[in-house]
Amino acid sequence: MALASPAFVPVQTRSERLASTSVTDFPAVTGLEFEWKFIPLARVKHLTEGALDGSPTAFTYSESAGTAVDWIEPSAPVVGTAGVPEDRAAANAWAAVEKVLHISVTGEDAAELVVRRDRFGSTPRAAHVVIEAAPNSKGVVILEHHGSANLTENVEIVVGDNAQLTVVTVQEWDDEALHLSSHFARVGRDANLRHVIVSLGGSVVRVNPSVHLVSQGASIDSFGLYFADAGQYFEQRPYIDHQAANTRSRVNYKGALQGKGAHTVWVGDVLIGPHADGTDSYEQNRNLVLSEGTRADSIPNLEIETGNIQGAGHASSTGRFDDEQLFYLQSRGISEEEARRLVVRGFLAEIINEIGSPALEERLSAAVEAELVQAEAVRASALVQ
Amino acid sequence: MSVLKIEDLHVSVETEQGTKQILRGVDLTIGEGETHAIMGPNGSGKSTLAYAIAGHPKYQVTGGSVQLDGEEMLDKSVDERARAGLFLAMQYPVEIPGVSVSNFLRTAKTALDGEAPPIRSWIKDLDSSMTALRMDRTFRERNVNEGFSGGEKKRHEILQLELLKPKFAVLDETDSGLDVDALKIVSEGVNRAKETTGLGVLLITHYNRILRYVKPDFVHVFVAGRVAEQGGPELAVRLENEGYDRFLTGANVE
Repeated sequence: MALASPAFVPVQTRSERLASTSVTDFPAVTGLEFEWKFIPLARVKHLTEGALDGSPTAFTYSESAGTAVDWIEPSAPVVGTAGVPEDRAAANAWAAVEKVLHISVTGEDAAELVVRRDRFGSTPRAAHVVIEAAPNSKGVVILEHHGSANLTENVEIVVGDNAQLTVVTVQEWDDEALHLSSHFARVGRDANLRHVIVSLGGSVVRVNPSVHLVSQGASIDSFGLYFADAGQYFEQRPYIDHQAANTRSRVNYKGALQGKGAHTVWVGDVLIGPHADGTDSYEQNRNLVLSEGTRADSIPNLEIETGNIQGAGHASSTGRFDDEQLFYLQSRGISEEEARRLVVRGFLAEIINEIGSPALEERLSAAVEAELVQAEAVRASALVQ
Repeated sequence: MSVLKIEDLHVSVETEQGTKQILRGVDLTIGEGETHAIMGPNGSGKSTLAYAIAGHPKYQVTGGSVQLDGEEMLDKSVDERARAGLFLAMQYPVEIPGVSVSNFLRTAKTALDGEAPPIRSWIKDLDSSMTALRMDRTFRERNVNEGFSGGEKKRHEILQLELLKPKFAVLDETDSGLDVDALKIVSEGVNRAKETTGLGVLLITHYNRILRYVKPDFVHVFVAGRVAEQGGPELAVRLENEGYDRFLTGANVE
């Protein structure tokens, strides 16, 4: 008797999701898939199937002691060691790149490295970055994104045993920019990765980090900060894969939304595998809604495959402005406008203060401040109408 | 001489059961440097009076006036009232994540004075008030009310009272939930503010324990949304002995 063809079974566990470097392994994107369900697909569909320019794009960076930056071949052994694409846009990029940007941190107390990527232009492009922290190294790598972009890319982060690496990716693109970025991290024994996503500018910006804690004692601190204005779409889907024992994860994303059509998506997956005894994990996402007409999707998922863990928790909240906070501040003489700014700034400061780069923290505080001033102006004009 | 004059104040709130009248014609006049205790049973409208004076949006004023030196406060926004010289020490101050005490205090002081305070004297004032209120230096870097104990919240309210120097302060059950040591510390703070700035105080309390440390000039008994009886400090003693029972018979308490 022939076996009946198996009915469609949705992926039950995060680790069983299709992963491949070949774009043809992924069916054409329809928008019904969970990965593509929220995104304004019309704006980015071409990045999942169309031709991409995979030639190296110029960038600038600061020479920093204990770090090195160069182009390597896609066939280099390190490429693909942190992860493999889990969606069609990432696979499309993987196949198209001609060179991979390789950033290495070797110093035991390396100087902060800032890589400024601002020359992508509006041609559909593919990119691939590998950030590699040698065992016992320590460093901060900041990827800054400006200008226009029509980009799908993969960013691999390999953290050697006992290394401490901070990777910050800041999206301050122009209004029309499209950016789909899949980050893959592999964190070694007793190593720590601090991963920070800051999205403030662009039309559609998606940064999805998949973090694999593969050896015992590995840990991840995953932070996100986003401020979506009218018409902007920002998405982030942190996935923390606890494979080894005594691993630790902390995920904390905060966002503000202001203006008609501002849309943010956060999907936080935590998988505690069968061998991840002693795991300690917590994830949270908080959204502050500053005006009508916005949408914040926030979905935490937790899978636990071992009974012996230290802790696993999640929290998600999306709320409007707290009028009691406004009342309290105003009752001390602070104007409503300034009180609102104080509250939002305070809300987002929790993430900014975690970045670990004083210069960048200061610059981002100023960038958030500018968003707030702009948001107040929009709000004030809406009140007048 | 500053005067805070409350006349025939009527206030209601919206509830699920419809509009509910809470204050039914409150008359009170508080002079500079005077301390008026408002006492009364639960639900008599004491806190509503506090919030209505401060301008909380939940409370609808349906009649009457609140004038500070002849100027109508009810027409003003919450922050304008504070800048005119009113202060409310809250019973349950809210947490403001990510905003440090020092940033908050400096922002408030700047808003009230119209200019930033000179750094040197500001730090000096802050230090001496915090020392007097037995508040640790690390307090300045904590987020406003976040993780504060009940006693710390109340001390933080009185710290603001001392630094912001209002003309009139409403203390909404500042004594509730304090042990006797904290109560003394907080009371000393109120007394210092009275001595140094001629502060007028409207002291709302459920217990007369605080009146041993902050001496009232007048005591008003609040029942069913209005002042049912007033007198000197001796009235508080009588209430301590007799309770509120004699006011409640026949009173329309909802």
